Amino acid sequence: MDFGFCLSPSSHVKMDSVDLTTFNRLKETNPDINTCIACGSCTATCTAGHFTEMSFRRILLMLQRGKEDEAKKMIQRCMLCGKCTLVCPRGINIRKILLDITR
Amino acid sequence: MNPQIFHPFVLPFVIGMAFVLTYCVVGLLRVIGQLPKDDRKKFWRSLVTPKTAWANVRDLFGDCLFHVKIWKRNPILGYMHTAIAFGWFMIIVIGHVMLFTLKPLEGIEAQGVERMLPNFYYPIFYKFFATETPVFAILMDFFLLMIISGILIAVVKKIHSKIVGVKRVTKFGFADNMIRFALWTIFPFRLIAEKTNIMAFWWIYSIDLCVFMFMLPFTRYMHIPTEALFILLRHAGLKPREPRKGYALAQLYSCPSCGLCIDACPMSVNDSNSGNTSAYFMKKLRNGDKEEAQRIAETCMQCGKCVAVCPVSIESCDIKMSQREAVPYQIHSDHSYLDGYTCTDTSNVSDKKACVLYFAGCMTQLTPKIMRAMKQIMEAAGEKYEFLDKDGGICCGRPMLLSGKRAEAQAMMAKNTELIKASGATKLVLSCPICYKVFKEEYHLEGVEILHHTQYIDALLKQGKLKVGKNDVNYVYHDPCELGRAFGVYDEPREVLENVGHLRKAKSEKELSICCGGSLGSFNLTQKERDEITENSVADLMFNQPDEIVTACPLCLKTFARKSPVAVKDLAEVVAGQLQ
Repeated sequence: MDFGFCLSPSSHVKMDSVDLTTFNRLKETNPDINTCIACGSCTATCTAGHFTEMSFRRILLMLQRGKEDEAKKMIQRCMLCGKCTLVCPRGINIRKILLDITR
Repeated sequence: MNPQIFHPFVLPFVIGMAFVLTYCVVGLLRVIGQLPKDDRKKFWRSLVTPKTAWANVRDLFGDCLFHVKIWKRNPILGYMHTAIAFGWFMIIVIGHVMLFTLKPLEGIEAQGVERMLPNFYYPIFYKFFATETPVFAILMDFFLLMIISGILIAVVKKIHSKIVGVKRVTKFGFADNMIRFALWTIFPFRLIAEKTNIMAFWWIYSIDLCVFMFMLPFTRYMHIPTEALFILLRHAGLKPREPRKGYALAQLYSCPSCGLCIDACPMSVNDSNSGNTSAYFMKKLRNGDKEEAQRIAETCMQCGKCVAVCPVSIESCDIKMSQREAVPYQIHSDHSYLDGYTCTDTSNVSDKKACVLYFAGCMTQLTPKIMRAMKQIMEAAGEKYEFLDKDGGICCGRPMLLSGKRAEAQAMMAKNTELIKASGATKLVLSCPICYKVFKEEYHLEGVEILHHTQYIDALLKQGKLKVGKNDVNYVYHDPCELGRAFGVYDEPREVLENVGHLRKAKSEKELSICCGGSLGSFNLTQKERDEITENSVADLMFNQPDEIVTACPLCLKTFARKSPVAVKDLAEVVAGQLQ
């Protein structure tokens, strides 16, 4: 129902019109991205996440929804320590993906 | 002009020699000109400082003349290289000494020439111009045969390298193959020319030399003149700042592409990865293939084994790092959120100076058993201690440095330095060699002693503060790259293990130990490729059937635990289990 106004901005994402170029490029260079089960181990161990909202799981989600700018802003918090890569149950090279997003 | 003093066939050699000498002088000026000002100062000073001057002389003789490092690595290759290089050198030296004893050929005397005048092409073609003196002639023939024996080994190595103990050799392009062929044929042609005195062979011999000289600056044989300069620069204590300039350029030209690093590189366990080794990196960078060089630099695990086995001591890891810094990732980090962060609370510690500050580091946070073990040990030893990163903490900055982002790394390092200084402690104990390396090399912590926990535990045992019992377990110790090769901490952990159990040897130990495969240094390796490296490394450690694998790095520990058939433990865990 649309009254023409609301309390919070709409988080509605139109999947038909989002720009997925970055995500698709990423999938090509890092096919292991497809094996992510969104378990959140990366987020749980994140050193930067201890201080900020940094979360790789959410970054991936943002990219899937075309929110590239938000994702890139979040990556700025990263310390590249590599703990996420180490704990990933799927052996995804997360650090490489983070770096590739900004390429 | 008298035909016995000059003959046109010497011209190719003379022109080639002039070309090489000019190129070397220009190259020398270029390298020195490209050095940053303070580096150049350091370089000049090192030439007159007695300690470095002595090191220069020692290595110039040891490395350039006698090739001691190749002998140590592989005696057959040592003989091969010495036979060719040292033999050639001796022929040139003896040739020049002999100049003063040579008698002109019959017929010249009649024209008033009584003695041969020193002339730089005579030693190369002396038999054409003069009658020899017996002792020198025998020496000359001896060294010529020695060179030819070396070439025979080189030919065997080319056909079947495994005979001389080399699994993989560097694959060369057209130019490198051609100059190698030129080098191999120079000496047989000389022998034939000297023994038969047929004019055609003198011409071929001279042209062959000319081809070699003209190709030398553009191929791997440039290492012959450059290595001397590289040794001087290395002893001056320089670091490569830019991947293709100054000191790094001297290193690029000094790499002989011998390929000893190919077999040594842990990545070579998979043949498809042997192209990512230092020999190829140096070649690609030298030839200006920036993209490939960048890719290899980012694939490298920075374990440092190629540097350890390099017969020329090329610091390829440092050059790869400077390549990463030259083309950094476009990740614009913002760590301003760290500004207000404080975590240690030493306010209730009365004697801050006696307090041991323990920094676990990110990787140890993931292996809390090491932290628990360290706590137990420090308590058993009656030490006052404080955690720098009890819950969380900041990354040490090395991973950021590894991605070529120095400024961002420095932001984190500055914060850590501030926290350590504020604590007032004089001893910093680390559990992670990755942190240890960066704390030792990049942090400025005057008045704070930086120790890895292996050194710390060893010291506690030696001081008698810690009592441990001995059990019957057979341990094998894995040297973490950043502790062993980087800082030579080989003995302390082994001494500790001797105290608590029995130590068995791995197949490759100390500076030859194989990286666990988990290294943070590599960005590109996939999990599958890493697993292959880990399996190879575990097999190497299991060589003498130990009961347990012991390491001193949380990352090695986690990596091995996935693939090892026996239990993998950290040194601190082992010691904590044997406390009395």
